[in-house]
Amino acid sequence: MARVIRCIADNVVSPLGTDSRSNYDSVKAGRSGLARYESMGNITTPFVLSRVDRKVIDGLCGKLGIEGNYTFFEKFLLCSSVQAVRDSGIDASSDRVIFIVSTTKGNVSLLGAPQEGMEQERVLLAKAAREVTEYFGNPNNPIVVCNACISGVCAQIEAMRALRSGRYDYAVVIGADEQSPFIISGFLSFKAISDEPCRPFDKDRKGLNLGECAATVVLEASDVKKNGWELVCGAIRNDANHISGPSRTGEGSYLALMEVLKECRRDELAFVNVHGTATAYNDEMESIALYRAGLIEVPVTGLKGYYGHTMGAAGIMESILSMYAVRDNTVLATRGYNEQGTTWPVNVKSELRECKGSEFIKLLSGFGGSNAALLYRYVE
Amino acid sequence: MERKGLDCVVLNQGYACVNGRVLEHEAAGNALLAELYRNHIADWPKFFKMDTLSKAGFVASELLFKEIGDNRHEGDEFVQNRAIVLFGSTASLCADRNYQETIQDKDNYYPSPALFVYTLPNIVTGEIAIRNHYRGETSFYVLEEPDAAQMAFHLSCAFQDGATDSILAGWVDSTQNDDFQSFMTLIQKEDAADAGWLAGQLQLMINNLNK
Repeated sequence: MARVIRCIADNVVSPLGTDSRSNYDSVKAGRSGLARYESMGNITTPFVLSRVDRKVIDGLCGKLGIEGNYTFFEKFLLCSSVQAVRDSGIDASSDRVIFIVSTTKGNVSLLGAPQEGMEQERVLLAKAAREVTEYFGNPNNPIVVCNACISGVCAQIEAMRALRSGRYDYAVVIGADEQSPFIISGFLSFKAISDEPCRPFDKDRKGLNLGECAATVVLEASDVKKNGWELVCGAIRNDANHISGPSRTGEGSYLALMEVLKECRRDELAFVNVHGTATAYNDEMESIALYRAGLIEVPVTGLKGYYGHTMGAAGIMESILSMYAVRDNTVLATRGYNEQGTTWPVNVKSELRECKGSEFIKLLSGFGGSNAALLYRYVE
Repeated sequence: MERKGLDCVVLNQGYACVNGRVLEHEAAGNALLAELYRNHIADWPKFFKMDTLSKAGFVASELLFKEIGDNRHEGDEFVQNRAIVLFGSTASLCADRNYQETIQDKDNYYPSPALFVYTLPNIVTGEIAIRNHYRGETSFYVLEEPDAAQMAFHLSCAFQDGATDSILAGWVDSTQNDDFQSFMTLIQKEDAADAGWLAGQLQLMINNLNK
């Protein structure tokens, strides 16, 4: 029998809270971290962003005893992972523990704003990840998953495989991104950012908002079934269509969905947590992929209206909030949605709903034509 | 019987080698990639829009497929059983620096979407997937340095996806427009079953990255 992969601890640090529970409660209560900015650095175009207060992160690091010469990005990774590792009770310094970091741009802000006393080589993603493994005294070489917006789902898939191989017993999967003028100006240049809070799947959607979050899951491999959250399977598929636009037929997303549906018990599927960035193309593409996969009637929910697009953290944070929602028999409201705005009418609502079932699918898509899906199941 | 080694292509700013045969060339740096494109590929104008990282990965993949006579999939024919799994240590640093220049100065501020898109290292996997009609897995991993054992481990893990029975695998790095290193190889499922052998094969390619 393949080893069973379970999530034994989790953490989310965002503008809405510094642990998973407070984040879930905030979202359920309808709170959002999105705020409007008129400018930033050389950017003079207004945009909406969900930004973490640096003082909160410094305070959290102080409380957790995280001391050292770290960048904001590294502190962000640490303050989430230190809490999750502590809650898991694992010995993170063991060589049976693999650390996997999910990020798109890491310390890229050092390019535009070098910091005194900080080596410039920390812009290299694996060097930043090394700061984390060294903090925990973990002897393994770090690995960073850098698959654009789908990185957080890919990192969990990679962790699942590394654990199933038998080489490791635990995986600490950490996702984070810092929003700096680098990323914001880039998405503005694509005309992909809205100057209003985003409206996923709505007919008047105007684009995405970016956001900051750090999220961690600690996964355990075991040879016996136990109760708790099981990471059942996942798949990554490419559109082979365009490097910066999704396939018009949702090809890669559809194929990733079909792969995870092989293991899904349809009557137990509570909802699909979609990418739902609120760009015209993404949401349309996802509606087509969901339709083609026979999921048009399954409740769909998206969290970008609360957090914006948190990039490297998205796949991890959105998986964690989905776990809390399933346990709460709740489909979280898709904040910003009002009226159907996709060709296929996906089952999305702007208010909270009750649901049944013990499974959910997490879906993501990103630049490079990449798409990924994960299936989680709660075992009583 | 001794097992046949993996086919491979190794490139850097002054070197191009296919299965141990050094390709003759005149140019160096970015111009070497253009020369290799003109002499050996020539039918994919999207090449000229790519950044150095993507060009280095793309050219290496094309030379590899040409060497082993791998069929091109075109028209409505797509393949789902081949993954693309690439590694690097500097990721998109070259593109990051180029893009940063366009936003650094207030008086010379011209962020370009065409440059920004390449600030994601997995774009090279997308470029190769588009060219070859691959709808399988595409992944990019960042390591501190080319580590054959670490790469062999993660490649063998990638075969856990039931749909994947071969992987275009390789290493791509670029820190400046005229500075790059890449190797590309094709791994079958049975190759990955022996992680020690696979690591040994990858080490031979790594040894040539700095030739």
